[in-house]
Amino acid sequence: MNQTTDTVVIGGGVVGSAIAYGLAKRGARVTVLDEGDDAFRASRVNFGLVWLHSKGAGMPAYGFWTRRACDAWPAFAAELKEITGVDTHYVKSGGLSYCLGEAEYNKKIETIQRMRAQAERDPYETRMLDRGELMQLMPRAQLGAEVLGASYGPHDGHVSPLNLLRALHSGLKYHGADYRSGSPALDVKPVGGGFEVRTPQATLSTPKVILAAGHGITPLMRQLGFNVRIHAQRGQQLVTERAAPVLPLPANGVRQTAEGTFLIGTTTEDVGFDVSTTTRAGTAMAARAMRILPALNGVRVVRAWAGLRTLTEDKCPVYEESTQYLGAFLATCHSGVTLAAVHATDLADAIHNSRLDGDIAAFHGRRFNLV
Amino acid sequence: MATSRRFTAGDLTLSEMITVYIEGKPVDVNVNDSAAAAALRAGIGYTRTSPVSGEKRAPYCMMGVCFECLMVIDGVASRQACMIKVQPGMRIKRQLGARELS
Repeated sequence: MNQTTDTVVIGGGVVGSAIAYGLAKRGARVTVLDEGDDAFRASRVNFGLVWLHSKGAGMPAYGFWTRRACDAWPAFAAELKEITGVDTHYVKSGGLSYCLGEAEYNKKIETIQRMRAQAERDPYETRMLDRGELMQLMPRAQLGAEVLGASYGPHDGHVSPLNLLRALHSGLKYHGADYRSGSPALDVKPVGGGFEVRTPQATLSTPKVILAAGHGITPLMRQLGFNVRIHAQRGQQLVTERAAPVLPLPANGVRQTAEGTFLIGTTTEDVGFDVSTTTRAGTAMAARAMRILPALNGVRVVRAWAGLRTLTEDKCPVYEESTQYLGAFLATCHSGVTLAAVHATDLADAIHNSRLDGDIAAFHGRRFNLV
Repeated sequence: MATSRRFTAGDLTLSEMITVYIEGKPVDVNVNDSAAAAALRAGIGYTRTSPVSGEKRAPYCMMGVCFECLMVIDGVASRQACMIKVQPGMRIKRQLGARELS
């Protein structure tokens, strides 16, 4: 079956869906091609942080881009809720990175001072809180004795990544996009100034194609003139039963969801495309979480899971248009949840107008080839 | 409630009976019952309220999968009642909303 459309977005996770949502909202006729339940779907194993804190220390553009996303999130969440009825549970709560013991506390102070000194403008406004301030901020949390304080990012927050994905899919429908599950792109070919995208069900002709399929980008990119290395890094998580709310602020190792579940993370492992969980990692993650919040000792773990981060060489996003085949775009990043709010707006604008310039130009993959 | 009638069927005289306390009331149950089965036998209707919606819920799968049967058993919150065998004198109560952190 041959079909034509304005735009094909390959990838229906949070990255592809946010871009497609923005394009459809801007009036483009968009088809989203997604895999099925067997995909390596980072979106569904995400920890759910909307996180700036200290991101992009080695690439200032990434810090500012992330800050923009954090600023855009409240309106983005409200818009999704209004048109889809799905509550993403987004809260701009501020976010913590706990310091256990004096060594961690002093090291964190140094890191923050260095961040401040390096930046001409500071997008983070991250600062230290001591134990007393933490207890004031979270009166119901009985912090472990080793918790001397935490760094605090005022722009951070958290969200349900599952609800976000559902809201985006629902929003795609609202804006008239054609979302196809179980319909992976098997092949993308440049044909006469446009592209032909083959799926198991159909061949789509389109003047514009966007590769936004996480690890699924790798087998498709070369024929469109892209060369970006996307590395799989495993992250594991423990998921507990629901409990009464005590932790209003998320941290990078433990957060309590709107529904009371504690998520405990995480690992950074180089094991290829292996999403199994390990007892060793579970034990280590639980041990640290219990040093932060000893009452977790009595809380049951109901699930454990692992996902594969999609990391570029410098862990920052890559957005680019193929120089060889105009109309072919690539978008990949690790922080698809945080960045969803700018993917659906600024990046969608740039792709819609076929001009990846301004702030977005810094994210071209050519940076890896400069020596 | 329909569940109480459905689950009181069966000849109880053939098996050994023990007494447990369900919502504080003594109830004679089969020694081989799970705590969830005992609660159903006692006819208390719902066995927990959802911490998300507040809705009343009752045991559903009876095989440890659905987590609908969470109850407070001998003072321990949010236990899967279908996976726990009754003991003489066991105290079984509804789990109302989310458990507290102890």
